[in-house]
Amino acid sequence: MQPFGTLKGFGVTFKHIFKKPITQQYPEFKRAVYPRFRGRHRLHTHANGLEKCVGCSLCAAACPSDCIRVVAAENTPENRVSAGERYARIYEINLSRCIFCGYCEIACPFDAITLGNEFELSEYSRDDLIYTKDMLLAEPIKRIPVQDADLYDTPIPAYKSDS
Amino acid sequence: MSLLGAGANGEPWWIALIKSAIVINLVLFGFAYLTLVERKVMGRMQLRYGPNRAGPYGLLQPIADLVKLIRKESFFPAAAIDGLYIAAPFLAAFTALTTFSVIPWGPGWEIAGYQVNGYVADLPIALLLIFAVGSIGIYGFIIGGWASDSKFALLGAMRTCAQLVSYEVSLALSVLGVVLMAGSLSLVDIVAAQEADVWYLIPQFVGFVIFILAGTAETSRAPFDLPEAEQELVAGYHTEYGGMRFGLYSMSEYINLITLSGLAVTLFLGGWHGPILPGPVWFLLKLAVLLFLFIWMRTTLPRLRYDQLMRFGWKVLLPVATVNAVITALLVVWI
Repeated sequence: MQPFGTLKGFGVTFKHIFKKPITQQYPEFKRAVYPRFRGRHRLHTHANGLEKCVGCSLCAAACPSDCIRVVAAENTPENRVSAGERYARIYEINLSRCIFCGYCEIACPFDAITLGNEFELSEYSRDDLIYTKDMLLAEPIKRIPVQDADLYDTPIPAYKSDS
Repeated sequence: MSLLGAGANGEPWWIALIKSAIVINLVLFGFAYLTLVERKVMGRMQLRYGPNRAGPYGLLQPIADLVKLIRKESFFPAAAIDGLYIAAPFLAAFTALTTFSVIPWGPGWEIAGYQVNGYVADLPIALLLIFAVGSIGIYGFIIGGWASDSKFALLGAMRTCAQLVSYEVSLALSVLGVVLMAGSLSLVDIVAAQEADVWYLIPQFVGFVIFILAGTAETSRAPFDLPEAEQELVAGYHTEYGGMRFGLYSMSEYINLITLSGLAVTLFLGGWHGPILPGPVWFLLKLAVLLFLFIWMRTTLPRLRYDQLMRFGWKVLLPVATVNAVITALLVVWI
């Protein structure tokens, strides 16, 4: 019946005033990202301190938005930076152009670049969004909570088996 | 008559002036916090918090909004008709503020030997004045939409015009019963008649329902918010307005809502009369209940289609209001 249905709707909305809002108050409460969430890039080093990146530019070639710039230089016995013949003298990622597709990660033959979990990348200036090699090598300052990988890397993920 | 002598109802004219300044500021304050309360209540009904960042519990949000609106560039389209484009929001806001002056909110007091009435103005045609000035306010919307020289604004203005004109008829007819029962168009007299008799909500329940429905359409609020249906019209008649000019339009809509609720309180809910608590407090309480009702309605009901709106206005509300007025007239004559 039409008028009663409408009145029932009023009842539903009124009832919801007294329920607890489900809003997650973002800056205070950070929802854990999925383990395979693609955030900002990291460059990695070997255990002996040498960089994994050999400056091959395959990541730059794979990048669909053309935001990676690599300038390679030769390793010399006095200045040995990476494990290979050459190393990346300049390695820049322009994060204002990056679409976080992860192709660079796939293209890299040495697993030197991976996508981390950091997504809070706002800056007041565009220039600050160009991440240099030092910034990418350094440990990220902000820590993002990551959900337990075991919950998801199973044949039936937890979020599917619940429902 | 001396300059400081008695004006209307034994009240010096300068007291009316001070009172109107206070009332205008209170209404503006009420508007500012009505926006916050609406967003809060609507948020809670949708399991959200609503604004809670500016100040404790978001209490400074209206001030933040105001600062933002005022500091915005007062942009207008190159093809707009300058004078009308600028004047239209002022007209809308002015008429909205004017109508509140005839609504009584207290019994009147004797302060320092001066008579202070519980209303800004008591006109013998107060109700007529509200409807007349409200109709002028529609010009603000139409002129603004037309002078913007934009499709969306023009279509929004056309819709506003059609809707407001349609529902004004039902609105005026719905209060006819009250006028007949009280035998006066003065709101002060109507409140006094209700105190002597009974709240007109009971004998005029049909009129009250029609008044609330037509009033919702008249202030173009959901579910009758077709003039500013975002999904179809961007924003309606104020599409090309920004900054404080848009703020004035928004203000006029909310103040119209407050005035309409105040009018409903005055006509149907016994005005400022009530036990124990002083008059203005009762008035504010009843006003708050009605405003909550409007917000509640906005969260609950989806928007009507345009043909449904017109059919509802002309084929349901208008006949019911007419029958209600006729029956009331017959009963008033025979009983």
